[in-house]
Amino acid sequence: MPKSRSRSDFLFRIGTGTFGVLLVVLVCAIGVVLARQSVLSVQKFGMNFWRTEIWDPVAGEFGALPFIWGTLYSSVLALLIATPIALGIAVFISELCPAVLRQPLVFITELLAAIPSIVYGLWGIFVLVPAVRAVETSLPDAMRLLPLFSGPPLGLGMLSAALILAIMVIPFISSISREVLKSVPAAQREGAYALGATRFEAIRAALFYARTGIVGAVMLGFGRALGETMAVTMVIGNNPKVSVSLFAPQYTMAAVIANEFAEAADDLYLSALVEIGLVLFIITLIINSLSRLLIWSMARRATAAQEPGVAAEGAS
Amino acid sequence: MKTTLKLTLSLACAVTLVAGAAAQTMRINGAGATFPYPIYSKWFSEYNKIHSSVEINYQSIGSGGGIQQVTKQTVFFGASDGPMTPEQMQGAPGKILHFPTVLGAVVPVYNIPNVSAELHFSGPLLADMFLGKITKWNDPAIARLNAGVSLPASDITVAHRADGSGTTYIWVDYLSKVSPEWKSKVGVATSVNWPTGVGGRGNEGVSALVRQTPGAIGYVELIYALQNKIAYGSVQNTAGEFVKASVSSVTAAAAEAAGKMPPDFRVSITNAPGKGVYPISSFTWLLLYENAKDKAQAKTMVDFMNWALTEGQKYCADLGYAPLPEAVVKLEMAALAKIKIS
Repeated sequence: MPKSRSRSDFLFRIGTGTFGVLLVVLVCAIGVVLARQSVLSVQKFGMNFWRTEIWDPVAGEFGALPFIWGTLYSSVLALLIATPIALGIAVFISELCPAVLRQPLVFITELLAAIPSIVYGLWGIFVLVPAVRAVETSLPDAMRLLPLFSGPPLGLGMLSAALILAIMVIPFISSISREVLKSVPAAQREGAYALGATRFEAIRAALFYARTGIVGAVMLGFGRALGETMAVTMVIGNNPKVSVSLFAPQYTMAAVIANEFAEAADDLYLSALVEIGLVLFIITLIINSLSRLLIWSMARRATAAQEPGVAAEGAS
Repeated sequence: MKTTLKLTLSLACAVTLVAGAAAQTMRINGAGATFPYPIYSKWFSEYNKIHSSVEINYQSIGSGGGIQQVTKQTVFFGASDGPMTPEQMQGAPGKILHFPTVLGAVVPVYNIPNVSAELHFSGPLLADMFLGKITKWNDPAIARLNAGVSLPASDITVAHRADGSGTTYIWVDYLSKVSPEWKSKVGVATSVNWPTGVGGRGNEGVSALVRQTPGAIGYVELIYALQNKIAYGSVQNTAGEFVKASVSSVTAAAAEAAGKMPPDFRVSITNAPGKGVYPISSFTWLLLYENAKDKAQAKTMVDFMNWALTEGQKYCADLGYAPLPEAVVKLEMAALAKIKIS
């Protein structure tokens, strides 16, 4: 009996292990294919590809800087907008919301995640962009002098892209944060109340306890924002120029691949587009590793901080 | 015993025959430009009504994709809004012939609040606007061509295609013919390094940008402007007339070109000379191998082309395309005869 059980255990381990390895192989394979298809462009431009601002398919001059900038800038802005809102939603649903409202609210936030990005894009171009233009035109002239608000008020541009991305990542950040908050042990809150904490302080303690999970949620939202294509390309203005202005039309990596791939006929052009994909792949990899590192170091500090506390409890 | 065998054999033969007849449906695959897709799909379905055994499938993946697929021989025929470059022709495993099928045009669309008059443009003016050299609507260069129209002092916002497109190819091909500066600074391709402006995805993206942005100017295909009832400006041709794009003014551009048509039909008819000609017009081409591997498919395609260039042309006007002039059709018939079908 024990023999056959150990055999089924063994098979189970092999089976699940294969799937795990398969995933790693798949990621490596994507990297290899991207690298192989972009050889032409890598050889021609080398590291200059990362820092030049020209994108000229006619002359065969390609640089990814405006796209890298546009992708990172729009994603970071989107997170700056989305994180406080998403956390607010998560805290409200998990801590403060009356029980009757909870299920409908959860359903609605999750519905936001189910809307296809092309629909967001259409909504963006017909509703959001005119609204943003109205805000931009009503901005006082004195503020226009700031580099952040320079350029003509088109509506299309970085601000619209960041807003639409923010709306798209909110459900991801808020759902996961909510789950994380739910898993905070009741003892944490009870302890806080027992010490005389107000409701706000108790929630703050719960948030602090859940911080690694929340950082993970934000990072997931970041990953989603980096790769979003269709909705962004419809509102960002698609102009490969590096600019800090929120009003300036800019471009992202995913958008340029989607827009230009079908008509890219010559080899160098195609290769440059694939290299953009490779750059996006590498940047995503770096950001994911950094967020892992951040979470890991936070978790380690948390346990380190807890241990003396446990010792003190034992002593008393 | 023997009779049973004979019976079985003849039965088997009969079964194979029946199966053979059913399998005789010929499927031909093609891929390429999105611009002629509506008329091509109309043609393929109409042709299938006459010849039920022929099924032609077309994927509108873009001109660049069409050229690639036909070069790699993953499809039997390709389609493109711009002729193949000499390098592309050399990259193909056999000689590829170009056949113009219909004509299209690209028109300037704009949005200036409180101006309802139809604006006049000239080629150099459009080039300067798209180069970012003319930035205000009340610029003297615009006012000179539009006497009597009071133009505001507002900024010009240029809207162009963000995706690679045959429409862009036709537009910048025209601009580079009328502006040496455009030719040297920007050049001609399905997507270019735009000196100024914002990019929209597809005709619908550009027209949405133009409609929503006060002071915007962009370009879309004539069919798109007609179907969506978007107002567009007229453009000055080489004879000095301001011509509005229409089915007849576009066909006129091709008729002018027919006189000096090169034998391979790889010709740009933007800025064509002659009266009544709309200058931003272009052919769209179907790409076929002169000596294809599959002769049965080649024979069918030649038959289809003979039909499309004659009978098929009557579907053009309804779909907003301009039909080919008679003279061009005649030249193409002669070229079709060169395709090896046995």
